[in-house]
Amino acid sequence: MSKIIFDCVRKSFPGGLEVLKGVSLSVKGGESHIILGQSGCGKSVFLKCLLGIMAIDSGDIRVDDLSVKDRLRSGEYMRKFSILFQGNALFDSMTIIENVEFGIGQAKKNISKCRDMAAEKLLAVGLEPRVFDLYPSEISGGMQKRAAMARAIAVEPEILLFDEPTSGLDPVTGGVICHLLRDTVKNLGVTSLTITHDLKVAAFLSDRVSVLNQGDIVWTGHASTMKKCGNEFVEHFYHASSAIGEDRTT
Amino acid sequence: MFKPMATLGSYALASLQEIGMISIFAVRGIKSCFLPPFFWREIFRQLMALGFYSLPIVGLTAIFAGMVLALQTYVGFTRFNAEGAVASVVVISITRELGPVFAGLMVAGRTSSSIAAEIGSMRVSEQIDALITLQVDPYKFLVAPRIIAGVLMVPFLVLIADIIGVMGGFLVSTTLLDFSVGSYIAQTVKNMEMIDVISGLVKAAFFGLSVACFGCYHGFHCDLGARGVGNATTSAVVSSCIGILVLNYLLTALFFGI
Repeated sequence: MSKIIFDCVRKSFPGGLEVLKGVSLSVKGGESHIILGQSGCGKSVFLKCLLGIMAIDSGDIRVDDLSVKDRLRSGEYMRKFSILFQGNALFDSMTIIENVEFGIGQAKKNISKCRDMAAEKLLAVGLEPRVFDLYPSEISGGMQKRAAMARAIAVEPEILLFDEPTSGLDPVTGGVICHLLRDTVKNLGVTSLTITHDLKVAAFLSDRVSVLNQGDIVWTGHASTMKKCGNEFVEHFYHASSAIGEDRTT
Repeated sequence: MFKPMATLGSYALASLQEIGMISIFAVRGIKSCFLPPFFWREIFRQLMALGFYSLPIVGLTAIFAGMVLALQTYVGFTRFNAEGAVASVVVISITRELGPVFAGLMVAGRTSSSIAAEIGSMRVSEQIDALITLQVDPYKFLVAPRIIAGVLMVPFLVLIADIIGVMGGFLVSTTLLDFSVGSYIAQTVKNMEMIDVISGLVKAAFFGLSVACFGCYHGFHCDLGARGVGNATTSAVVSSCIGILVLNYLLTALFFGI
């Protein structure tokens, strides 16, 4: 059964730039779905429309039976999501543990042991207690990503969104984060939607991949079938990504 | 072809639109101050940032303003043999005008810019989006604490500025201008009216509101990138200073029935 449905979603900006041109997509419950595309193809706008941060011009986005248009009237729509932002978006004025605690406090207002829960989540993503009381600017990018992940899973969402999860990380840390994301999604049994331009990340994390090009989904399928899928753009994207990988190793 | 009237018209319309947007933003921000949830820790942080940490610069400005005012008044009034009125002029000028305006402008320069830079950086680094996804109203978390801090702390700073400014005038008058300590204090107390102090404090509350609203507005609406944050900071300082000067005139006219 579909968990997230994009129904002919259009989004344009003042000046006439149309970023999403009637996007339709269905993500099944429990699925790990990847949105793959070039830089500037509208991936981040796609995500912000899903979260209701940007209003769509026409069409509809539905999560279970809730429409994105009901987001402002009911908190129920937003409670289904949690997001790992590209730049982590940890609050500068709070320590690492306070960032996680703050997320829990907002989601579960009556809970008394927020701090204990926050510590538990931080340990679960592999952060040591010595960094709990440091500020985001005092820890490395990889640790920040883990802390942001802890904040995302702490609110126990039904859907986890990852925006370019390995961006800005070295290959080793990126690999570790990828494993962490895959294990977390598997252990929690949640639906996940990942935005990336990295084919390796897509292949590693995905059950299914959708390719976004020039404001529309041009192909959906398994990552393993991308190479010879019959879509010119997708095949070109696949070969271009692979070629870069080969060039690096030779 | 260059059309001066059309260009002027479009600027006027853009300015009116901006004023409308700022007004809507301010009303929403003020409304957030009265509705739960209240983020007490953030409110306390802003009280400290806006109030306590502005004390040195406001105090320094006030003492020099009082000292210069005493000197200038003495020099000017000597021409009319009215130098005895220095203490009266200092206390009235400081409490009615110089204390509130100088403190307001100093807070605008120091705090409005930091508010715009902080919120602008949060916009750029998606922290405001993160608040929304955590179901936290950014107006309640970011705007309301700064408005509360502005409205409460700028009057407090002005009260301190009034005291220090009058002290500055007293120091110059009694050490350089040969006024006797007793008569200067007596004249100051005699001419200091409660309405002057209160009008200054009420003005200060509005100045605090102006500083917080302009800082938050420009931070919230800043363009992406370092340049966007820089522009937001400049706009916040300029508009909150203009806001203070306009409000000062309007409130003075209102208080003293001119």
